[in-house]
Amino acid sequence: MKAVVNKIIHTSVVDGPGNRAAIFLQGCNYACGYCHNPETINLCGHCGACVSVCPAGALSMEDGKVVWNEDACCQCDACLSACRNMSTPKTKEYSAQEIMDILKKDIPFIRGITVSGGECSLQRDFLVELFRLVKAKRKTTLMDSNGSYDYTADEELMAVCDGVMLDVKAWNEAEHMKLTGMSSTPVIENALKLAKAGKLEEIRTVVVPGYLNNRETVDRITKLLAPLQEEKPIRYRISAYRPFGVREPYRSEMRSPSREELEELAEIARKNGITDIVII
Amino acid sequence: MLTIGNLKNDVMSVINNCALTHEQAMTSLSSIPMNHVEFFETTPKFRELVEAGVLCTMTEGNATYCPRYICPDYEKLMREGCKFLRLDPPTNLWEAITALLVFYRHIPSVTHYPVYLGNVDMMLEPFIEDEDEEEAKKMIRHFMFFLDRTIPDSYCHMNLGPEATRAGRIILEVQKEFKDNAMPSITLKYDPDITPDDFAVSSVECALACAKPSFANHKEYNQLYDVPYGIASCYNALPVGGGAFTLSRVVLSHMADRAYNSEHLIETLLPEAVAELCEYIEKKITFLVEETHFFKSNFLVTEGFIHLERFTGMFGMVGMNECVNTLMAKEGKTGTYGYSEEADALAKRILDKMTECVESYESRFCDVTDHHFSLHAQVGISEDCTISPGVRIAIGSELPLHEHLIHASQFHPYFKSGVGDIFPFDETAKRNPEALLDMIKGGFEMGMRYFSTYGSDADVIRITGYLVKKSDIEKLDAGAAVPQANAMWGLGEVKNSKILERKVRSLE
Repeated sequence: MKAVVNKIIHTSVVDGPGNRAAIFLQGCNYACGYCHNPETINLCGHCGACVSVCPAGALSMEDGKVVWNEDACCQCDACLSACRNMSTPKTKEYSAQEIMDILKKDIPFIRGITVSGGECSLQRDFLVELFRLVKAKRKTTLMDSNGSYDYTADEELMAVCDGVMLDVKAWNEAEHMKLTGMSSTPVIENALKLAKAGKLEEIRTVVVPGYLNNRETVDRITKLLAPLQEEKPIRYRISAYRPFGVREPYRSEMRSPSREELEELAEIARKNGITDIVII
Repeated sequence: MLTIGNLKNDVMSVINNCALTHEQAMTSLSSIPMNHVEFFETTPKFRELVEAGVLCTMTEGNATYCPRYICPDYEKLMREGCKFLRLDPPTNLWEAITALLVFYRHIPSVTHYPVYLGNVDMMLEPFIEDEDEEEAKKMIRHFMFFLDRTIPDSYCHMNLGPEATRAGRIILEVQKEFKDNAMPSITLKYDPDITPDDFAVSSVECALACAKPSFANHKEYNQLYDVPYGIASCYNALPVGGGAFTLSRVVLSHMADRAYNSEHLIETLLPEAVAELCEYIEKKITFLVEETHFFKSNFLVTEGFIHLERFTGMFGMVGMNECVNTLMAKEGKTGTYGYSEEADALAKRILDKMTECVESYESRFCDVTDHHFSLHAQVGISEDCTISPGVRIAIGSELPLHEHLIHASQFHPYFKSGVGDIFPFDETAKRNPEALLDMIKGGFEMGMRYFSTYGSDADVIRITGYLVKKSDIEKLDAGAAVPQANAMWGLGEVKNSKILERKVRSLE
């Protein structure tokens, strides 16, 4: 079983506790307006629009499929700009064991791995295989997820997954729909169930003043989760929206928050009983 | 050749130098006669190898009259006081700190400043009263301030750990407040099974602020000697109650320049140079022990703060990176140190041979190391140009972080009396100091012995093994004097060895 992988980072400090390897899987079932790497949203449709714009000759069509020659690639990202499908030709397919081989030299120095995306739960069978191998090395396994998958119902996955870092993008249903194209209900239910199971590693909200009602989201989710920290404290990562990588028309419609706006949200979370708050 | 003219020139070059403080001038003057007069015979071969830069005597001078590095038994001072200095055993924190400050003033070394301050946290901990932790912090702040201003030499080295103590935590807190103070250097003796994570993380945070502490692999070093070890000077692991008589070194890069190929170096040049240097070290120790006053009458010896049989001779080496690359090129091979298995295997063959040759020499002294000299990955001297310290990968050729740690882990175990690598980080590391600790844990598990880090935005940085303020380097470069004696070596290293170009690691 192989997964479509967008990127592997050998040492990451922003994807969970300690030093971690991070694996970014291709493909997402959300299409958030503020996504800063929208090229990870869809699998390549092999339309070939990117092939002719590549200045390095690293892309070609073979048997109806776009083929990427990594060695020739100059990483100019002209292919991403040319893509009409929110995708990328620069992915690779790896089995769980192949990922482990790639991470061989990293294993002694990392606390664990984090699988992100895209939306990693879309490649759930691969996750189970990979996490088993990682656990055998006595390292921790985390998922970075949008909350659309019913994690706690998947005992097999939960048995090898140490925790989920969950995006709580918006509390309000209509707002969540507008931003992601999906309902907020499963996300909130997941937050509750994961927290009760002691598997909620972190929640995350990206702050876009004016576009999202961030105060409501922060207030409601922290009131809901604060009493459920008996197993372990839940970290809240409150991130500023940044225009880098964001597609139009959203880029023109959104603005970044000030430090004060972020601090104000952190204060709401703190008052509601969340102690571990990170502002980025 | 000694002439009055030479002597006059040497003296004038010191006393008209406006970039020296009075104390620095005095120290420099005191070494001049030692460079002009020989006190024991050397062989023509030895002199030829020194002339060619293959062997180097580390500007110790020809009349060594005290050991290069002294690690006194401070526990004895705390327990019994010191008769010669009329110090009673301390009964409270003020007395303990005063006893140490007085005692430090009387410990010589190659720099004339103490290079080992002891496990200060363990010494002060018994005097910290539960109800008076704030008061203790005031005293320790005073202590750290006083050390920085009165022992102006960053080879001066304090040890902490491996246990976490209140005193240790206060020292880290105070040092972080004093992040612009280069003195003293600090090492945390780190054992993940003994040192709590939160204390180790505080140490990482402190290191990112002011380049200290460094981390010593306590599991490895603790089994080196029959007596406890201390980390002195740059990163030298030496027996407490003893130390090192002397340090001389082999410059492998220069040896490689004279070699036809790797076989020639390993089978002929290296054994010959090692034998010459061992003979020289033995003569120097013999002179120090038998001809000078130190081991006969110094109070440290007569009162038992140090013991002759706990001293070793350090056999240093530098320039493995350049040596291997030169030999590979001479043999028409393309691989380089750190990047090719063949190059790294060659480095190990050289070290295996060096170990064998050094171990085969029997010293009349050095009981603590079974009458052998102790291998040391020397960090370099300011005149070194394109000679990488010890077994380090050259600045500019650094490997990706994890691969670099694996490389270092393979080479550190060769060196009993000190080796280490330095990894500067940008501000991203401050967000997740636990990540840095994970790397240290991984490295130590693989055999790495010593890990140093600093923040790229800090004023105090590590040059090769010692700490210097970047702002002092700028002052010296503009011709002004600064209080820190070894800052001038830092200036030389910055100019000759691209220290400020060391790869800064970024954690994504």
